[in-house]
Amino acid sequence: MAAVSALLAMPILVVLSFVFQPAGDVWRHLLATVLTDYITNSLLLMVGVGVGTLLLGVGSAWLTTQYQFPGRDTLIWALLLPLSMPAYITAYTYTGMLDYASPLQYQLRAWFAWSYGDYWFPDIRSLPGAMAVLSFVLYPYVYLLSRAAFLEQSVSVTDASRLLGCTAWQSFRRVGLPMARPAIIAGLSLALMETLADYGTVQYFGVDTFTTGIFRTWFGLGDSAAAAQLSSVLLSFIFLLIVLERWSRKRARYHHVGIRSQPLNVQRLGGWRATAAICACALPLVLGFVLPTGQLLWWAYRTADQMIDAEFYLLIRNSITLAAGAAILAVMIALLIAYGKRLSPNKVVISAARVSGMGYAIPGTVIAVGVMLSLGWLDNSIDSWLRNQFDVSTGLFFSGTLFALVFAYMVRFLAVSLQTVESGLAKIKESMDDAARSLGYRPKEVLRRVHIPIMRGSLLTAGLIVFVDILKELPATLILRPFNFNTLAVRAFELASDERLADSAIPSIAIVLVGLLPVILLSRAIAHSRATTYVDHTNGNV
Amino acid sequence: MKTPRFLSSALGVMLLGLSIGYAQEVNLYSARKEALIKPLLDEFSNTTGIRVNLVTGKADALLKRLETEGANTPADLLITVDAGRLHRAKVAALLQPANSDLLQESVPAIYRDPDNHWFGLSLRARPIMYAIGKLDPSTLTSYDELADPRWKGKICVRSSGNIYNQSLVASMIVAIGEQRTEQWARALVENLARPPKGGDRDQIRAAAAGQCVIAIANTYYLARMATSKKDQREREAAMKIGIIWPDQNGRGAHINVSGAGVTKFAKHKDNALKLLEYLVSDKAQRYYADSNYEYPVKAGMEPSDTLKQWGKFKGDAINLSLLGKYNGAAVKLMDRAGWR
Repeated sequence: MAAVSALLAMPILVVLSFVFQPAGDVWRHLLATVLTDYITNSLLLMVGVGVGTLLLGVGSAWLTTQYQFPGRDTLIWALLLPLSMPAYITAYTYTGMLDYASPLQYQLRAWFAWSYGDYWFPDIRSLPGAMAVLSFVLYPYVYLLSRAAFLEQSVSVTDASRLLGCTAWQSFRRVGLPMARPAIIAGLSLALMETLADYGTVQYFGVDTFTTGIFRTWFGLGDSAAAAQLSSVLLSFIFLLIVLERWSRKRARYHHVGIRSQPLNVQRLGGWRATAAICACALPLVLGFVLPTGQLLWWAYRTADQMIDAEFYLLIRNSITLAAGAAILAVMIALLIAYGKRLSPNKVVISAARVSGMGYAIPGTVIAVGVMLSLGWLDNSIDSWLRNQFDVSTGLFFSGTLFALVFAYMVRFLAVSLQTVESGLAKIKESMDDAARSLGYRPKEVLRRVHIPIMRGSLLTAGLIVFVDILKELPATLILRPFNFNTLAVRAFELASDERLADSAIPSIAIVLVGLLPVILLSRAIAHSRATTYVDHTNGNV
Repeated sequence: MKTPRFLSSALGVMLLGLSIGYAQEVNLYSARKEALIKPLLDEFSNTTGIRVNLVTGKADALLKRLETEGANTPADLLITVDAGRLHRAKVAALLQPANSDLLQESVPAIYRDPDNHWFGLSLRARPIMYAIGKLDPSTLTSYDELADPRWKGKICVRSSGNIYNQSLVASMIVAIGEQRTEQWARALVENLARPPKGGDRDQIRAAAAGQCVIAIANTYYLARMATSKKDQREREAAMKIGIIWPDQNGRGAHINVSGAGVTKFAKHKDNALKLLEYLVSDKAQRYYADSNYEYPVKAGMEPSDTLKQWGKFKGDAINLSLLGKYNGAAVKLMDRAGWR
């Protein structure tokens, strides 16, 4: 298991090893010119997306757990739908809708006989635009985790706070929010890691961030050492996020001691309050899903006859099998590592797991290059050894195969599955392990017969999130895939980067549709989680 | 646990993949998008019986992949959409000379590597475009004049991260030196109507919509807008745009090529050569011209009718390897000039 963690940490370490190479005068150049912009923009973007996802995610999570209003049951699952939208595609659609050359602005100019400069209109392709688009797409992470936390909260505490004279707002601010903080921060850190790793959106919007800077330094200036050093600065941002997240999770242990004794009292809203709640919860859904999908459908409607051919179904199949296979593997590895840590928490395992968990915030391209370097070295070493020993040549064994691609997915997305599985495992009391062991079960059997059944929900969540993430993943897929192998994301990107946005709508819609199914499953799981955790609890206490 | 079983089955699948070999095949790493090259490759396979295996991707990533795979790389041929990357591949010792009389005859000397490491396959021009009626095209005749303060707030161009802009600036470094190019770039940035964003089409659309008067873009984007079957607004926008061929009394309009080279460790070198030769055949050149509105590289081949209406022009005749050589300098220069 230590070997698995070490293997997964390798690509990141390989990239970091460039740090020790001299980088020439590129650093001086970067410091003198663009580095300040990179840092400022990245930080501002993180702050903006942080605020945006919190407002959209926590607000809607609180309203849908505490109150009953018309449409709530639909909104509960529909609020997760933006998860299936790749950020860069949402960015394309908003540009199509709001850009200066968009039909909307055309119409406005035609109606009022305006021309350029006569009127003010928000510029979507700007830093605030990037903050908005990324918030629309990433808030479900915060919503998902904070809603789960709100559901788990002991009702008696909320009730007590109301009995003690808190208003609804005070009870949210002083009781609900602090108790859910670890979960909220976990969701927030996922959203912020995605933000840091984002390349497609910021590049399209012309916002220079750390990630675009890494690309520019690596490829434009041809300096891989300086690019790796920039990557390691990026990693320190991420490290900070992870420390923050772990720190807040540690405190969570003290929070979740209360045992729920009665179902949640959901307050029924009526009149203007209900309308306000509906609007507040529908807003993220409309911004993150309805509008972009509407634009995609409009484009797709006009191009469908050209873009759907026999190969299109092959793309769908490739995307699904790849994402499903890799998601299952990601959950198994996460379970392996998490359980290993539980059994024997030694330093090597823990730090290897931590490094491999950082992959989530690293741009896919950087990870892909790390994977290429690691596997290329491995392949060429095997090959030359075999040549020397037996005079046979294997050629490349791993590079350029689906293995390389799946390996990269593990490096990039293990953090997601690991986090979910770990938190699921942490909820199971250690005394249960002891009980099972004393009944004669070996550790493997304890995992299979006790832990896995109890944390089925967490495993499902982990698998589904990874599935959707892989479905959307682009840079690593593009670089590492084998010959004659395409996915929906690759097709959508190729057309879009050829500035054929309308043509890219069909594969984009397909990504959304394929991603929709697991997202709906996921929301079902959450909707029922209240009932199931309740049952689990009783089982646990028998 | 279950991992070893997965690994072994994965290995099994890979071994199976290795054992199914095609007698006649060629492996291609292409920075040209699949949609723009697949029809040609299929045609090639049909006529020669040689199967083409394709991976598309961004040029830099494909170069990195070639580099890490080393002597064992499966790739036989590398296609990029700019000369700079081909030069970079040559410098990194990833290509080898392709000796073929046919290639020598078909591709003019300025559009191929002096040592035959790579050959241009199609030409793309990056002239100045303007909103018809808002500018007298006789008053703007060179790239240099874009720095003139009278165009303040009137120019749209995409970001400096784009390779076409990097190549344009590299060509200017070659023509007028680094110092003067930097002054030019600073003045150009002063003249921009908006911070650079979007692609070439976005610049053209912005000029058509009145956000700026001048746009810098590759011609095939305008041609594709002008011939858009589905989108009437795209066609209308393209109608509002005219083309200025810059520096016709000097060095000529900036030209780049899409091109290809045989990889250094090609396992199917003969087939790679055949494919390369096919790509400069009349048939393939016609495809480039008529389907993607590029200028054929082959002497004597006519461009598409759409391109013909914009007239003949004189192209910059610098050795395209220099675009690659000065790429890094161009990027730094644009950083200093504040060209985002």
